Amino acid sequence: MLRRTILSALLAALALAPAVTMAADTPGVTATEIKIGNTNPYSGPASAYGTIGKALGAYFKKVNEEGGINGRKINYVTYDDAYSPPKTVEMVRKLVEQDQVALLFQTLGTPTNTAIHKYMNQQKVPHIFVATGATKWNDPKNHAWTMGWQPNYQTEGRIYANYILKNVPDAKIGILYQNDDYGKDYRKGLHDGLGEAAAKKMIVMEQTYEVTDPTIDSQIVNLKNSGANVFFNVTIPKFAVQAIKKAHDIGWKPLHLLNNVSSSLGTTLKPAGLEASKGLITALYMKEITDPQWKNDKGYLDWVAWMKKYYPEGALDDQANAYAYSVAQTLVQVLKQCGNDLSRENIMKQAASLKNLELPLLLPGIKINTSATDFAPIEQEQLARFDGERWVLFGELYDAAKR
Amino acid sequence: MTPRARAVGVAAALAVALVLPLFVSNFRLFQFTQVGVYAIALLGLNVLTGYNGQISLGHGAFYALGAYTTAIMIDRWDVPYPLTIIAAGVLCLVAGFLFGIPALRLEGLYLALATFALALAIPQILKYFEHWTGGSQGIVLSKPNAPWGLKLSPDQWLYFVTLGVLVALFVLARNLLAGRTGRAIVAIRDNPIAAQAMGVNTALYKSLTFGVSAAYTGVAGGLSALVIAFVAPDAFNVFLSITLLVGIVIGGLASISGALFGALFIQFVPNWAQDISKAAPWAIYGVFLILFMYVMPRGIAGALRLALARAGRRGTGTRA
Amino acid sequence: MEIFFQQVVSGLATGGIYGSVALALVMIYQATDVVNYAQGEMAMFSTYIAWTLINAGVPYWWAFFGTLVISFVGGVLLERVIIRPVESAPILTIVIVCIGLLVILNSVAGWIYSYIQKPFPSPFPPKPIMLGTVVFGAHDLGAIGVTLVVLALLYAFFRFTTLGLAMRAAAQNPVSSRLCGIRVGWMLAIGWGLAAMVGAVAGMMVAPIVFLDPNMMAGILIYAFASATLGGFTSPGGAVVGGLIVGVIENLVGTYVHFIGTELKLTVALALILIVLVFKPSGLFGRATIHRV
Repeated sequence: MLRRTILSALLAALALAPAVTMAADTPGVTATEIKIGNTNPYSGPASAYGTIGKALGAYFKKVNEEGGINGRKINYVTYDDAYSPPKTVEMVRKLVEQDQVALLFQTLGTPTNTAIHKYMNQQKVPHIFVATGATKWNDPKNHAWTMGWQPNYQTEGRIYANYILKNVPDAKIGILYQNDDYGKDYRKGLHDGLGEAAAKKMIVMEQTYEVTDPTIDSQIVNLKNSGANVFFNVTIPKFAVQAIKKAHDIGWKPLHLLNNVSSSLGTTLKPAGLEASKGLITALYMKEITDPQWKNDKGYLDWVAWMKKYYPEGALDDQANAYAYSVAQTLVQVLKQCGNDLSRENIMKQAASLKNLELPLLLPGIKINTSATDFAPIEQEQLARFDGERWVLFGELYDAAKR
Repeated sequence: MTPRARAVGVAAALAVALVLPLFVSNFRLFQFTQVGVYAIALLGLNVLTGYNGQISLGHGAFYALGAYTTAIMIDRWDVPYPLTIIAAGVLCLVAGFLFGIPALRLEGLYLALATFALALAIPQILKYFEHWTGGSQGIVLSKPNAPWGLKLSPDQWLYFVTLGVLVALFVLARNLLAGRTGRAIVAIRDNPIAAQAMGVNTALYKSLTFGVSAAYTGVAGGLSALVIAFVAPDAFNVFLSITLLVGIVIGGLASISGALFGALFIQFVPNWAQDISKAAPWAIYGVFLILFMYVMPRGIAGALRLALARAGRRGTGTRA
Repeated sequence: MEIFFQQVVSGLATGGIYGSVALALVMIYQATDVVNYAQGEMAMFSTYIAWTLINAGVPYWWAFFGTLVISFVGGVLLERVIIRPVESAPILTIVIVCIGLLVILNSVAGWIYSYIQKPFPSPFPPKPIMLGTVVFGAHDLGAIGVTLVVLALLYAFFRFTTLGLAMRAAAQNPVSSRLCGIRVGWMLAIGWGLAAMVGAVAGMMVAPIVFLDPNMMAGILIYAFASATLGGFTSPGGAVVGGLIVGVIENLVGTYVHFIGTELKLTVALALILIVLVFKPSGLFGRATIHRV
């Protein structure tokens, strides 16, 4: 009885509590500031990605020192989610409900973003340029508040399928992929691109690995033994290095298609050995910062200057820092376009109105385009072959939007 | 501590918990709901490890089993969520009991590592049965609304649900441990052979303790699925099991209140660590862990007990 | 049949890795009666020290032995500074301190060296050895050889030297050992030092295969635990053999049991170990513990 009294008193008190007065303006936006939220894994097994979150902060520092955007400084708040979905939910709720950020930017990871996907769209808070290549972020009809940035994995898989169909009619394909959404998206892209009949005929073996596996030697041995003459390598740099080296060591010389995720010279090809990496083919949308062909490129030199001034502790051979630089530039463009109307609706509207935006570290000719029905900013990629020293671009720019 | 002082402490804690929603935001409440969820899981693990002396590094597996039971039942069959929580508990009771039988043969270190294997295998197994579990994409749920037209936000409602379950399970554990069963459980830890000689059915008690412990953790997992409204294999990696172990040791082994202290620690201390340094939050967290263990080698509950005993001695002056 | 042999060889190679880390685990367990969860990260950190030395131009073998010395001192210091204050606390308290050490080492390594993986040189020739059509990596064979040498040295040390015997005594019965005049505290510290050294060897043998990064040991440590459990935590030889068995079984399961494939191979390997444990609760080669009432 007593308990019930307490409970009802409590409920009455709750009902009487005055509703929080809503500010007329967007939360997180004042005359001098715009508050932006982010989550990244600064600890835990995926902490290698944490440099992206730090580099974003370094870029906003530069923007602020140069006077901000339309007179507003960026207040960048980033939290560690350790790549654990429950922690992401907690940190994102903190950002949205307690810190009152205007928008969420570059939250990293597919499972982590999936955990907050629904929440962000219910709260109607912009959840833009998420750091994952899954396809589901391009869904303006059902999730009007979420948008990706990089080319999605399925598209890239289709690019390789096209290449195989055109150039290797007698292909016998062996696939190695990470056993999660990232690996499965690439695999699906390749399957779809080949078409059902060709996929059935051409794919001779599929092997998976777990991120927790120490080595993938066994899988490479099996793939070699399958007689495959095309190797579709869907691995993160840690395993891509091993795969390239192991294939080379055991004398397996297929046409080696390496996913973009691991295309960095600095993180993958150099550790694996440039000789062993010769002949690799990948699809690129950014300039590989460790590739000597860009060493006099203005975009690259500006990036280096920025790194040295604003993020000196960051690694100059980590492509992730170039990625962060480019995606931050995209956001700055969106906020510039917003002018003085920084309502959440307008932020989303401007994010969906990017027209032919070119960035200094994207490959020449690659343009960012979005619209109310197209929430996939980068949809172009170009194939490149490694000649032992640099990625040599070849063929036309592949544009997923035009197919 | 005198029973009277203890009763006052418990009543005060309960009162604070009941009025908390008046004073804190939905977000804070969500954090405290997570504390409650962790506390239930930690209590379960503490019954096994603290009271019964069986070290488990694999309770993350039961947490995952509970979470997925709830998620799948709601997502696939639209089962009302209270039933799914019960189902999560029952399923984990059975699973824990069954795992406890072969575990009987293992001692200390080997048991710890066998359970560790369980924790490791869970993400793989979850991904393998994609048809049921949604694979690595996981399952997205909706938060339940408050029933009976109560004017409570879903966060507030889940807070009270968790609090209710927590109180019920804590009372149950207390009664269980204070009685005959509890004495048998502790006797097995302290001296298994003597316990057997006294007529305690060691095998049965150990497996049962394993089952009960798993059931608590499973209920916590089920609640966590509701609170987070999402389950995915990445949420149940080995770090979860290790975090739970950290929770019971920091909170205090073989102590009911220890579960609560441990839950507060694993919920809030990592957040403080990252507030101090984003460059290396784990380094800060590690330092916290080590310092805590230096200052309170028997956990927070152990340190409190000691402090209260000292204060009591000083106060009365006569008690030995 | 060729694939079978190639998978066995490849399994032995990875198994050798597991075995060498398992050996370090067993080592510290024997010398201190603690399972050191930070063992993998200690090995990783030692390997970074070797990498730093090699990059500074120190010749490989100088760097190798230099790292062993530094690791030994580092291990002793860790025990004296970090573990000492909780030496007499309950075992789980020590476990938590080890976990604290694990996360600190991991985080600090990432902070100092970044997370970009680094190639680590092998002292063995790069040319693989061919036996018919089966390929043996020279480094793989060399690494197994080094592990066996370490094993032999450890065996001799614990069996035939006074210090080794004193260490075993200190771990197994600290009170009686103290009465015999053994300085138990220092024995434990030396145990940590030795384990750090064994870990450093393992790290330097592993890094050329899996490449050096702060998370290099995370996956391996798990398999090392499995190997040590299978072989028996009281048997250094068992740990190495356990590692080889786990490596081979895992590969064969992944290759031949098709409905499992590569997706569940870890699970199957773990399940097999559990089954072994049910029949041999102290591992394949471990001594059963005897209780005095």
